Amino acid sequence: MTQAIIAQFKLDYGTFQLDVNLQLPNSGITVLFGESGSGKTTLLRCIAGLQHAPQGFLEINGKIWQDSKHSLFLPTHKRALGYVLQEANLFAHLTVSGNLCYGLKRIGQSSETEHFEQVIELLGIEHLMRRMPERLSGGERQRVAIARALVLNPEILLMDEPLASLDAKRKQEILPFLTRLHSELNIPVLYVTHSQQEVAQLADYLVLLANGKVQAAGLLAETFSRLDLPQAQNRQAASVWQVNVVEHESDYHLTRVAFSGGELSLPALDATLGTPLRIQIYARNVSITLEVGKATSILNILPATITDRVDDEGGQTVLRLQVGSQPLLAHITRKSAQLLNLQAGMAVYVQIKSTSILN
Amino acid sequence: MLSAEDIAALSLTLKVASLATFILLVIGTPLAWWLARTRSRWKSFCNALVALPIVLPPSVLGFYLLILMGPAGFVGRLTIELGLGTLPFTFAGLVVASVLYSMPFVVQPLQNTFSAIGDTPLEAAATLRASPLDTFFSVVMPLSRSGFLTAAILGFTHTLGEFGVVLMVGGNIPEKTRVVSVQIYNHVEAMEYSQAHGLAGGLLVFSFLILLLLYNVLKTNPVTQFK
Repeated sequence: MTQAIIAQFKLDYGTFQLDVNLQLPNSGITVLFGESGSGKTTLLRCIAGLQHAPQGFLEINGKIWQDSKHSLFLPTHKRALGYVLQEANLFAHLTVSGNLCYGLKRIGQSSETEHFEQVIELLGIEHLMRRMPERLSGGERQRVAIARALVLNPEILLMDEPLASLDAKRKQEILPFLTRLHSELNIPVLYVTHSQQEVAQLADYLVLLANGKVQAAGLLAETFSRLDLPQAQNRQAASVWQVNVVEHESDYHLTRVAFSGGELSLPALDATLGTPLRIQIYARNVSITLEVGKATSILNILPATITDRVDDEGGQTVLRLQVGSQPLLAHITRKSAQLLNLQAGMAVYVQIKSTSILN
Repeated sequence: MLSAEDIAALSLTLKVASLATFILLVIGTPLAWWLARTRSRWKSFCNALVALPIVLPPSVLGFYLLILMGPAGFVGRLTIELGLGTLPFTFAGLVVASVLYSMPFVVQPLQNTFSAIGDTPLEAAATLRASPLDTFFSVVMPLSRSGFLTAAILGFTHTLGEFGVVLMVGGNIPEKTRVVSVQIYNHVEAMEYSQAHGLAGGLLVFSFLILLLLYNVLKTNPVTQFK
């Protein structure tokens, strides 16, 4: 992975301090995750230049946008970025097409390019071009806003909770576009959210923020399963795996998927062989056994090694395991952990009761 | 029904009001923008200064303008130095007085519109590579259309109706400073009620129609904007 985005900012608002020093990949989706007040939006605004951190250094793909040591601060309109907010924020006096061309005119480009067509097609907004923003649904508006940022072919796309103001149905309408965007356009995305679901669905790289500081940063699977971080103890704790479809067992309505280190059975999927998928395994749906039982209804039993164990105060034990090369979290009772005498380094089997498919 | 003098007063009034409105839009726009965006501690001071003509008796404003622009006043000495003579009792003086008198009626609607736009469209424009000046013309102005229309119409109609300031600064010189409101006063003084009706009725109907246009077509409430 090339570390092509360097972001260092320090600012002090009295009640809130931001102090980050990040190196981020220049491809894929990096999610800035944290509770409200953790500084994720402030960080994004500093990167966009909408907020001026008195001490900062920002380099994007070799171009320096801020270097306070040399009094360099590029104003927002001179930064090749795209910015999408929670509210679509379209210009109310322009049509969809006018909105899309607003930025293009300013960088002296026409809308008659392959890239423009590709973006329009990707976001499915061909039929909306002549409409005024007030006549679009919330989901449509947000898609136009994303397209408006993307047609400029920015060095980086910044998204600040772009789905937060949409209901669950509209969210599901936009998420597939975001994952496609990811696979079809080579623009790095910085995505702010406080929704764990969006993290699981979108993130390649995860940055956890709390109180204006970086708690952890790393690849999603690694960071998500770190026991020293609070979200591993959470009831919603889950592991996210990247898998490929390898076989359909149509008699049983099952689909086999492979990951680096083994295979899993999932409820039948309508996907061609080889399709990459992202699945989520809740820690509470994983149980541990020392030997493969002869009689069990659970299909997915895999050999694993315990890499870490943490007991919480509520009688729950959180285990981190390695299945092939994939990290996996399991929530079990402390009593079971005691009875089986589970320790780091032990070889065990994990039984996965159910999985959910993210995309 | 209207005499030649009435027509002259009417045309003078329209000239003063148009010119004052034009000047007000040119200087009022940046002023309103600054007042809507600034966090300076001078903001309240400037707001109060701009709003003063709303509460001040026009004769008070006119009196001080007369002194300020007279041969002994600061502005008067400046204009004499510049070879322009003094402004009171001239057309130019009338326009200057009108600009100050109608200032809040132009600045406040603009300021309200600009404030209502908020930061987000400006930030959106910046992220789409538009410089601040470009943003003002390509985003703020089109989004403030009704604010500009309200400001222009209110500035114009308010100038049409001024009396106290005009009488103080302009006096009552036919074809030079005698505007409609003064002419109506002259008619009433001379007991020429029917001629007063011609002008007064005309002004009444005109002002009502303008306000009707503002309320009905623009769906704005021009009066509450001053609260």
